[in-house]
Amino acid sequence: MSDTLEAIANIIAETCDIPRDSITPESHAINDLGIDSLDFLDIAFAIDKAFGIKLPLEQWTQEVNDGKATTDQYFVLKNLAVRIDELVAAKGA
Amino acid sequence: MRIEYFQLIDRIVDLNLADRKITCEATVPTDCTIFEGHFPGYPLMPGVLLIEAMAQTSGWLVVAANEFKRMAFLASVKEAKMRTFVLPGQVLSISSHLEHEGSGYAVLNAKIRCDGKVVSDATLTLRILDFPNNQVAKEMRKLAESIGLKIEARADG
Repeated sequence: MSDTLEAIANIIAETCDIPRDSITPESHAINDLGIDSLDFLDIAFAIDKAFGIKLPLEQWTQEVNDGKATTDQYFVLKNLAVRIDELVAAKGA
Repeated sequence: MRIEYFQLIDRIVDLNLADRKITCEATVPTDCTIFEGHFPGYPLMPGVLLIEAMAQTSGWLVVAANEFKRMAFLASVKEAKMRTFVLPGQVLSISSHLEHEGSGYAVLNAKIRCDGKVVSDATLTLRILDFPNNQVAKEMRKLAESIGLKIEARADG
C-alpha cells in the first residue's frame, strides 16, 4: 500500500470509526464503506489539510452526474490515492 | 436579534477577507416568548440559538468570501461549548475565522464573547452551494445590507 493510500485509509478509519483492517485499496468509499456525503466532507477536510491540497469534489461530482466519469474513478481508494498524488504533484510544479 | 425571524445577527462590525475573519454583534432581546419556556421564571438564551448565531456569522463570512455568488448552509457542528449562561439584554460579540475553504464546503472556528469573556465556541462545517434562484440571491443581498455588510468594500479586506 502506498504512503498516500495508507494515509487515506487511516483518515477514513479515524474520521468514520471504520475498522482499519476492513479498508483496502479496492474499497469504494461510498458503496463498500458506506460513507455518506457529509462524512466525506470531514474526510476531504482531513485530506486537504494532510496533503495541502483542495480535493475538487464539486468537479468530480459534476463529472459523475454528467456521465463523464464513474464514482469508481474517484472513490475507490487506490484511485483516490492516484488523484491525490496528481494534485500534490501539480501543486509542486 | 429578531429571534422570531431567526435573524440572530444585528450587525456586522468587521469583515476582513484578507484574514478570513468576521465579527458581528447581537443583543439578546429582553422580551421574547422563547424565555417563557426556557425557562419559566429563569430566562436563559438557548444554547442551540448561540450555535445558530455562530452559524449565521460564519455563513456571512463564507457568502462574502464567495462574492455573493454562492450560499452557505450549516452541515455540521463540532466541539460546541456553552461555557456560561447568556441572559436577556446581554450584548454578544460573535466572531468567526475561516480555517479552510474546500470544494463545496468550508470549516470555520467561531466564538461568542460577552463582556470580553468567551461564552460559547464551536467548529462548524458549512456546505457552499449555488443560490437556488435569483430571487433568493437578491433577498440575501438585501438582508446582508440591512446588517451592514458592505459588499462593495469586500475587496479591501
